[in-house]
Amino acid sequence: MKAYILLIILIFFPFTLYAQNITFTAADNPNDDGGAIILKWIAPASIPEMIISRSIDKKEYIEIARVTPLLKTYIDDENIEDGQEYYYKLSALNADGEIIQSFTASAIAKAQWFNTDKIPLLIITILLGSAIIYFIFSARKGKRLYIRKISGLDTIEEAVGRATEMGKPLLFVPGIMDLDDMQTIAGLNILGHLAEKVAQYDSTIHVPVCRSMVLSTAKEIVKEAYIRAGRPDAFNPDSVFYLTDDQFGYVAGVDGIIMREKPAANFYLGAFYAESLILAETGFESGAIQIAGTAMPTQIPFFVAACDYTLIGEELFAASAYLSKEPTQLGSLKGQDVGKAIIIITLLVGIVLEIFGIHFLKDFLTTH
Amino acid sequence: MRRQIPLLITFFVGTLIIVSEFIPHKPFGNLSTSLEGWFLIISGFAIILGQLNLFKVNIVKISRKAPNWPYYVIALVSFSVMVICGILWGTQQQPGLIPYSDKMLNFFGYKPFDYIFKYIFENLSATMFSLLAFFMASASYRAFRARSPESTLLLVAAVLVMLGRTTIGSTLTGWIPDSLGFLHLPNIASFIMKYPNTAGQRAILICAGLGVIGSSLRIILGIERTYLGGK
Repeated sequence: MKAYILLIILIFFPFTLYAQNITFTAADNPNDDGGAIILKWIAPASIPEMIISRSIDKKEYIEIARVTPLLKTYIDDENIEDGQEYYYKLSALNADGEIIQSFTASAIAKAQWFNTDKIPLLIITILLGSAIIYFIFSARKGKRLYIRKISGLDTIEEAVGRATEMGKPLLFVPGIMDLDDMQTIAGLNILGHLAEKVAQYDSTIHVPVCRSMVLSTAKEIVKEAYIRAGRPDAFNPDSVFYLTDDQFGYVAGVDGIIMREKPAANFYLGAFYAESLILAETGFESGAIQIAGTAMPTQIPFFVAACDYTLIGEELFAASAYLSKEPTQLGSLKGQDVGKAIIIITLLVGIVLEIFGIHFLKDFLTTH
Repeated sequence: MRRQIPLLITFFVGTLIIVSEFIPHKPFGNLSTSLEGWFLIISGFAIILGQLNLFKVNIVKISRKAPNWPYYVIALVSFSVMVICGILWGTQQQPGLIPYSDKMLNFFGYKPFDYIFKYIFENLSATMFSLLAFFMASASYRAFRARSPESTLLLVAAVLVMLGRTTIGSTLTGWIPDSLGFLHLPNIASFIMKYPNTAGQRAILICAGLGVIGSSLRIILGIERTYLGGK
């Protein structure tokens, strides 16, 4: 009898060992638009493989995946209907591929109306948005706002004047990205102000572009600038022209223009990649005044090295507001400064909390 | 009306995109992706505008015999050759209007479009890219001249990083005992890249992010109208 008991224990011992250590849960995948169920398990790493199967009636299970214990989670988003209850079975296999234990769990998928992972982003958006809107309205009411000088932008008029005196054109490069990049839009906003000055001084401007959408927008902006300056007849539609979508083809084209036309001033304002230094160095060789601006951290050193003035990061986005001198636009810059203050305070508080071993803020900002 | 309607569309779409960032539920969840798809479709059509502009500008310059006009002829011929080859014989993936004989394919290895792309275009692009090395040297020479405390600091940091990233750096400081490992040039280079450099880059990125938010709000609220051609 004892021998039988011992035999039974020896046979079932491995199964009981696995069974004791495995937990398996199924739940709606959070913060999504429905159609997904998340399965989680904790199982000993010694289990070679596990099978996940799914059923809608608890009777007929269909295998959907083979996983390992270390994977720990699996998101099932294949043909999942919201509101329908799905039953899952997690079957642990032994080295011979035989099922030694199975666990079941069920869940119903549904879509969420709010993404709780984005609470910090929402807080930052509300704070920043409120600060910017508050300062815009303050400026509208006549509150005087101090904005620091940006030398690169103050030089625009000087550069246009120089070009007029020399009888040479100006060159404006709005970067190599399309209109879906905010840097391109920021660059084009500056183009509007620059083109107005060009029209007033009766100078000429070349705007080679490498995206068709930028072509239409830039053309419209330059045309309107000439109209604003009261010189619509002086607008040359061919001053804004398309070269190519290819990065280095575009660089070759612009470099050719720089070397042939020898512009008096070159403006590189937008999103740039490897072409930044090739353009800026060619411009330097031609002896032009060069003003650059980008938010690409990797390209800023190149512009700093090769250009006379560089708008760094946020200065590019502030440029249009700075040049317009409109109180409402300047107010928005003040709001951005408040945002910066909030971020600096958060960083300092975070550093102090981390020093004292309190990880609440770091966890809140990083886990979301 | 010409200005008001685009401003209203901008306000509506901009607000919708912000709201959809926080709502995963349909139809908000996929809104951003759908609009990106729309953008791609529109930009696909806009390419025709670009090509027409390229043709027009170059033809005008050639007909007026503008200075350096032969360059514009080369540009137009290159453009036309690529378009014609692409349409007639297609590419490796896409068949063209005329079947390309296996004999020619075996001889050249590629269809005409792919052949020109691989053996002319790619090499020209690589040539332009490789100019970067020389420009980097000349720009570094100017930037690293020790004219002020800031440029001296730049020079010192650059020399340390350059030495630390090459084998000569390891050789020069290899004799320093491990207890003073922080003085090894590769370690100094790694420190500079990991801490001061990363901190500087992140500061720029954070400020640029705020700038993007500020600019976006100005555009959504209709305060910034330069992109519409207005002031």
